[in-house]
Amino acid sequence: MQPVIELDNLEVRFGERPILKKLNGALTGRAIGLLGPNGAGKSTLINTLLGFHQPFAGTARIFGKDIRTDAKAVRALLGYMPENDSFIAGMTGVHFVRLMAELSGLPPQQAMERAHEAFFWVGLGEARYRNLGTYSLGMKQMAKLAQAIAHGPKLLFLDEPTNGLDPPARARMIQLIQEIRDRGDLRLILSSHLLRDVDECCDEVLILKDGRIAASCNLEEERRANRKFLELETRGANGTFTAGIERLGCEAASFPDGRMKLVMPDGVEIRQLYALAAEQNVQIRRLNHKRDSLEDIFLKAMEVPNGGV
Amino acid sequence: MAVFKHAYKGYEGALTPAWSRFLILPRYAFAEKRRSRFFSLFFLVSILAPLIFALLIYVQHSLSAMKLLQIGSSNLITVNAAFFMNLLGWQSMMTLFLAAFVGPGQISPDLANNALPLYLSRPFSRAEYVLGKMSVLLILMSIMTWIPGLLLFILQASLEGNGWFGQNLRIAGAIFLGSWIWILFLSLLSLALSAWVKWKPMAGGLLFGSFFVAAGFGGAINAILRTSWGNLINISHLIGTVWTSLFERPMHRGSGAFFFRVHGGDVPTWCCWMALVLICAGCLYLLSHKIRGAEVVR
Repeated sequence: MQPVIELDNLEVRFGERPILKKLNGALTGRAIGLLGPNGAGKSTLINTLLGFHQPFAGTARIFGKDIRTDAKAVRALLGYMPENDSFIAGMTGVHFVRLMAELSGLPPQQAMERAHEAFFWVGLGEARYRNLGTYSLGMKQMAKLAQAIAHGPKLLFLDEPTNGLDPPARARMIQLIQEIRDRGDLRLILSSHLLRDVDECCDEVLILKDGRIAASCNLEEERRANRKFLELETRGANGTFTAGIERLGCEAASFPDGRMKLVMPDGVEIRQLYALAAEQNVQIRRLNHKRDSLEDIFLKAMEVPNGGV
Repeated sequence: MAVFKHAYKGYEGALTPAWSRFLILPRYAFAEKRRSRFFSLFFLVSILAPLIFALLIYVQHSLSAMKLLQIGSSNLITVNAAFFMNLLGWQSMMTLFLAAFVGPGQISPDLANNALPLYLSRPFSRAEYVLGKMSVLLILMSIMTWIPGLLLFILQASLEGNGWFGQNLRIAGAIFLGSWIWILFLSLLSLALSAWVKWKPMAGGLLFGSFFVAAGFGGAINAILRTSWGNLINISHLIGTVWTSLFERPMHRGSGAFFFRVHGGDVPTWCCWMALVLICAGCLYLLSHKIRGAEVVR
């Protein structure tokens, strides 16, 4: 798969202060999460990829195009939803999105058509002729998403898209992001400090710490691996049940109160556990897949001294 | 994609040429300005002077009109460099008001509303952004300065005949060049102030201040130090001196156009040119510093 973003010794400095320190790596996922504590360099990385900051050394490529030498061609592929409140004063929502689409190169008529479509798609169809200044925070977030996608980019940068949204609006935003991701013709970079957002939307994650890459992993693979880790809560289990599980090929550890942790080998299905339990008259009261993988990865990355993978 | 489908879809259609995209900004700005009654009224008032000047030229060349108005056969007016310079001076003063009204609204709202990342995250450079915003002023000011100036020049040449056009071609060049020096200078200054001050009324006030307060300050320097170098911070003096040299008017006391009248020619013309270039360079520096996709906190 062609890398979406390649980082090649990318170094960014503000004055003498290094912000991004020789980043290397290739990101290939459909939806890539950018995680890190405040000041880790997430926004600086996005801004550098957008061409707002010049690299001090090294470079980055987006779909093979160099951000140093081909900045305009790179930006023609991008859509950007900024973190902060950003809009153009005195404009209706649909005219704002139309203007943005025209600046990306769409002819006026197509830009207008796509602006309407984008507004309906984000759920603001009825409010599209209202002045942007009268929008609520949630509506402004949706309008920002509409302007980011109206021109049909190949890569979408979403900087804290759920900032300030109430739970229903957040759920709607996440649903829209998932919809974009699942279509497959548009890649996503989602920068967030909310692990849950990244976990729900992304299949790859890049964790930054102090301007360095602290961890980078494929969440899809992690999730697949996690499917093999099970936590059971049983009643009536004894040594025979544990031995039976081990005979299936599982690694098992028993704890007081009937709790068990299992590692399932390939080829073993969960229904075999239920069949074994039924055979031995054991109740399986709860069965959980390990769920906190991203949090584990993030916390582990934060423990690495001075970042660096 | 039909609206009813409500699903995201990429765009594969044709794109507009990249070089022409800066013109999108003036198109949107004019659409917004058309809704302002004050702006429409001001624009109508601003073409009154060229109409009056055109009428004077016509009457000057029409015997029947002179008879009707009971004007003798002697010249009503003399259509020469001073005539066109005064027209340019009056119209340029009107453009100062226009710049104070329209200029501050160009960049300061985008800075205040954090809109620059939206513009600059597209295949649209900082230079194109400034050019687009500047075009709004350049187009409006052109309509008020060199376009009516040249139309009047052509009217006079066609009515006068006898090689007047060829003999006075320098006036046409001076109208065109003098207008462009002024409108480029004024546009840059008003955009730079608009970028520097995020509050529109303050930016408009500063634009007037840079003319009137600086002129007063320059006059005070002249009076206290018994010099004329204080004129270097008097913008109307700088422009007036440059115009006078372009129109080849004598550099005597009181020469120059209305509002841009040159009081004494002690400051060399090249110094005035340099002062204008330095102010423009300062404006460009300010714009390049302020027009950024992301603010850098060092």
